[in-house]
Amino acid sequence: MKRRSKFQIPPGEAVGIVAAQSIGEPGTQMTMRTFHYAGVAEHVPTGLPRLIEIVDVRKEPKKPTITIRLKKEYAKKREIAEKVAYEIESIFVKDVAKIIEDVEKGIVVVRFDKIAGEQLGITKEMLLKSIKKGKRKIQEKGEDIIIAVDEDKGKKDEKGEKPKLFSKAKKVRKLFEKISNTLIKGIKGISKAVILEEEGEFIIRAKGSNIRDVIKNKYVDPSRIYTNNIKEIEAIYGIEAARNAIVKEVKDVLDMQGLTVNIRHIMLLADVMCSEGIILKVGRHGLAGRKRSVLARAAFEETIQHLTRAPVIGEEDPLIGTTENIIAGKTVPVGTGRVLLEFTPPKTKEKTERKKRK
Amino acid sequence: MKEEIDVLNYFLNPKMEVMKKQEVEKLLKEYGIEKNQLPKVLESDPVVKALKAKKGDVIKIHRKDPTGEYFYYRVVV
Repeated sequence: MKRRSKFQIPPGEAVGIVAAQSIGEPGTQMTMRTFHYAGVAEHVPTGLPRLIEIVDVRKEPKKPTITIRLKKEYAKKREIAEKVAYEIESIFVKDVAKIIEDVEKGIVVVRFDKIAGEQLGITKEMLLKSIKKGKRKIQEKGEDIIIAVDEDKGKKDEKGEKPKLFSKAKKVRKLFEKISNTLIKGIKGISKAVILEEEGEFIIRAKGSNIRDVIKNKYVDPSRIYTNNIKEIEAIYGIEAARNAIVKEVKDVLDMQGLTVNIRHIMLLADVMCSEGIILKVGRHGLAGRKRSVLARAAFEETIQHLTRAPVIGEEDPLIGTTENIIAGKTVPVGTGRVLLEFTPPKTKEKTERKKRK
Repeated sequence: MKEEIDVLNYFLNPKMEVMKKQEVEKLLKEYGIEKNQLPKVLESDPVVKALKAKKGDVIKIHRKDPTGEYFYYRVVV
């Protein structure tokens, strides 16, 4: 019992500062280089860039990666993992066909590439079907699929002052772009799916992140899917899951660099970032900007803005926090200095009676 | 077609429940704090919707961290 209490944190300890230093110091030792790690489809930023990404709460990480686990009953079957990987991987027309644009004739020619198609498991019928979805006039000529730009729309354009050739070229260009980026199969944003084996289970890791669509696949276990896009987890599974995701991501970054930071520091960071119900950035637009005290905010960044704004809107500073009290030259409410603030003598009957007697 | 996602069984989400009024009062008294001093969770949060919690409810979270099991509380705002 004695040993245990020795390791407990006393009330009033400045845990935030300790946590900040404990994460910050190893951060200075982190390599700026990003590593490739074996078996992963794409190399994901690690080290300092990734850490900054996490605490800045970017809407989308530089390299979003999704980890898909299958439902328990399918988890050990390689065929099913392969099937799922094939189903989710997105393939565009430009991946399996050669596309040629002919401005003079106003057509776009799509030439199916048999070798590429075979490798990716795409047939010419699938290609045709996805092009037809756009409701365009299609002509087949041997190996070629010819798509013409809409002439009707062209006539309407002529009423304007645009030269004819220019608008036609533009349209061909537009059509070309549209056709090359037409999805043949798969889920939007997901590519380069790779099957890995982990603890006897087959898992799929892929580039891109789109939980909402991936879990529609009947083999995918929606309760064990994971992405490194913390914002996406927050939106779909809530703030508590996002908090755990932050802990996991930060820990992974530090582990990969061979740095050991007590997990309590990381947990504290994640808790603070998620305490307002949404993930707050660490910095002036997030956490620090939400401080109640004017002086504390002014001490951090954008001093003049805060100090000039305060009297205009009539802000009050109750001098509760640490920073304000350092500025004011009072006892800082940390450690034993905190006792003064915590102890507000309760108004008991005795006291009021004593006052009356005096 | 809106498929419901089973949010509560997600592997990163710990067990959560809505607290009863008396429990909340006891909790606030124990720590000597007001309700608005608790960490917050938005009303639009998927978990809050799944639990059918309302504004002002307190959610008790049975967290299991590497450091041990403990309770965490969040007030719905």
